[in-house]
Amino acid sequence: MTAPPPTRAPLVDVRDLVKHYSGERRWFGLGRPRPAVRAVDGVSFAISSGRTLGLVGESGSGKTTVGRTMLRLQEATGGKVLFDGSDVFALDSGPLRALRRRMQIVFQDPYSSLNPRMTVQDALREPLEIHGLSGTVAALLEEVGLDAAFAQRYPHELSGGQRQRVGIARALSVEPQFIVCDEPVSALDVSVQAQVLNLLADLQARRRLTYLFIAHDLAVVRHIADAVAVMYLGKIVERAPAAEIYALPRHPYTRALLSAVPEPDPKAKKSRIVLSGDMPSPATPPPGCPFHPRCPHPLKSERCRTEVPPLREVPAGSGHLAACHYAEQPMK
Amino acid sequence: MTATPGAALLRVRDLKTYFVTEHGRGTARAVDEVSFDLYPGETLGIVGESGCGKTVTSLSILRLVPEPPGHILPGSLIEFEGRNLLALAPRELRSVRGNQIAMIFQEPMTSLNPVFTVGDQIAEAAIIHQRLSRRAARARAIEMLKLVGIPDPAQRVDDYPHQMSGGMRQRVMIAMALICHPKVLIADEPTTALDVTIQAQILELLDRLQNELGMAVLLITHDLGVVAGHTDRVVVMYAGRVVETAPTTELFERPTHPYTEGLLAAVPRVDAPLSRLHAIPGQVPAATAWPAGCRFHPRCPYAWEKCAAQEPPLLDAGEGGHTARCWLVTEPERRQAKR
Repeated sequence: MTAPPPTRAPLVDVRDLVKHYSGERRWFGLGRPRPAVRAVDGVSFAISSGRTLGLVGESGSGKTTVGRTMLRLQEATGGKVLFDGSDVFALDSGPLRALRRRMQIVFQDPYSSLNPRMTVQDALREPLEIHGLSGTVAALLEEVGLDAAFAQRYPHELSGGQRQRVGIARALSVEPQFIVCDEPVSALDVSVQAQVLNLLADLQARRRLTYLFIAHDLAVVRHIADAVAVMYLGKIVERAPAAEIYALPRHPYTRALLSAVPEPDPKAKKSRIVLSGDMPSPATPPPGCPFHPRCPHPLKSERCRTEVPPLREVPAGSGHLAACHYAEQPMK
Repeated sequence: MTATPGAALLRVRDLKTYFVTEHGRGTARAVDEVSFDLYPGETLGIVGESGCGKTVTSLSILRLVPEPPGHILPGSLIEFEGRNLLALAPRELRSVRGNQIAMIFQEPMTSLNPVFTVGDQIAEAAIIHQRLSRRAARARAIEMLKLVGIPDPAQRVDDYPHQMSGGMRQRVMIAMALICHPKVLIADEPTTALDVTIQAQILELLDRLQNELGMAVLLITHDLGVVAGHTDRVVVMYAGRVVETAPTTELFERPTHPYTEGLLAAVPRVDAPLSRLHAIPGQVPAATAWPAGCRFHPRCPYAWEKCAAQEPPLLDAGEGGHTARCWLVTEPERRQAKR
């Protein structure tokens, strides 16, 4: 792992995170076990206080599992998560609960994370009471741009954008420092998506929040992240400051993802790279580079089929990491 | 590729599809006087956000709107090759549906029957409409699977839907829709449920098949990026109405309706630097209570008294049949003043 000279310790430091789901046995538990699903396979990154890391990948890449294991909503198989210096995976339930207040999550579909029988007021007051906090429901609603009258409503009476604002308000209620935003705008219409993205940016500035912003959409991430990590089959294949990765993606998968984003410009004649095939199952990843069966890189060679490329800094000292044997000669 | 002023293949005029809601909350006017033409060989995009009426429009064309609660009002016209589909007897309609006009949907898993092989499901339309034998239909199904780019089609023809990935299932849906060589393909959000790299594959496939088979495509989508890259003309819908229609390049160069303008500005772009997005304030109103006057006026940055009082018709706004339902067309200086 290469780390730039630390000015100060990052708020969140994830080291070699691993989450395997062990394979169930075939034939009602009597046969051979299926191969374990390596959902997250050695993921490392750090986020400084007040910054946003965008974690991008397609379905099955493991991005959501990273967010959940970090908060111990699921137990990791291996690795370490340091939050403000303390080892999250080593904590007992008491200190863990205290830490949970400082680490929150906002889900893609707030409808399934809000209790349908609780009014907005009840849903927001509960965490305030549990943690004995002085905040008020009215102040929270105002902060997320909802009228105080919404306090009496039930989730089904809200639109998707309003529900997501309530989901954000609930995460904010316990005054966290760090929020995992798991596809927070993916289910929203584009005009409302812009409202919620702007709200998240405003809250970050006002409260000095740190975000892990999980998304499948590189265009959305462009508008909120300082740095971006791209996942494929449980591994980070590229990680770099945002400006870098959009200007010069060094991994062919990142390059393909970028070119696949439909641009709202009929005259944009970009060189579209259409990948063939589907992402393989994380239970049976291909040998060598996990991306090699779909890789369109002209330099693809025997080495890609046999040798796993490490995530390395290219060029040295740039803070731009890519897991490709040919990262020095990125695809145009 | 752009529509030539010949005879339209499909003409929709004053389509009104309303829904009676439960608990007496009134009538939802989901599609309210929608008109457009689809010409042979072109791709027409219908774009809008949730609740604008784009899906109900596409379902109305094949009379797939559940009745009740929905009903298509008298006075609506859906004309395909000179026949009003709304006046056809069920038997006659069935000879059009799935044969000359076919449709694919957003979620391929819910549109495929889990207990039949994909081959059986693809072959069904050919057996019904073209009276092929089972054996001949199976051969056609394998041919279609090959056409839509499924590897090993002779083996995969016996797969069940759950054995395929999302992208492959959508390919199967396309094979099913195209087996009778329809003149019109209605594609309702065909790539929305798919990952972006798979979306790119499916859109490329649709483009290729359209070129090879020469059909007209009605592409329903919420995604302006998809519209930009894959359509010849666009219809923008808001609150049950057509608010703007134009050739695709014209629409993106000179968006005229403030809703179109706002929507374009709200799209996150990979080539834009870290910046705030333009958001349209408020939200789409309920279909049971569209605002009086222009239905967009409560969210419009330019609205003035006239907009609240009187709804504009579709006004001539530029080249290639560019029209917009906005009073700014008659008073363009009001747009300048706000900028």
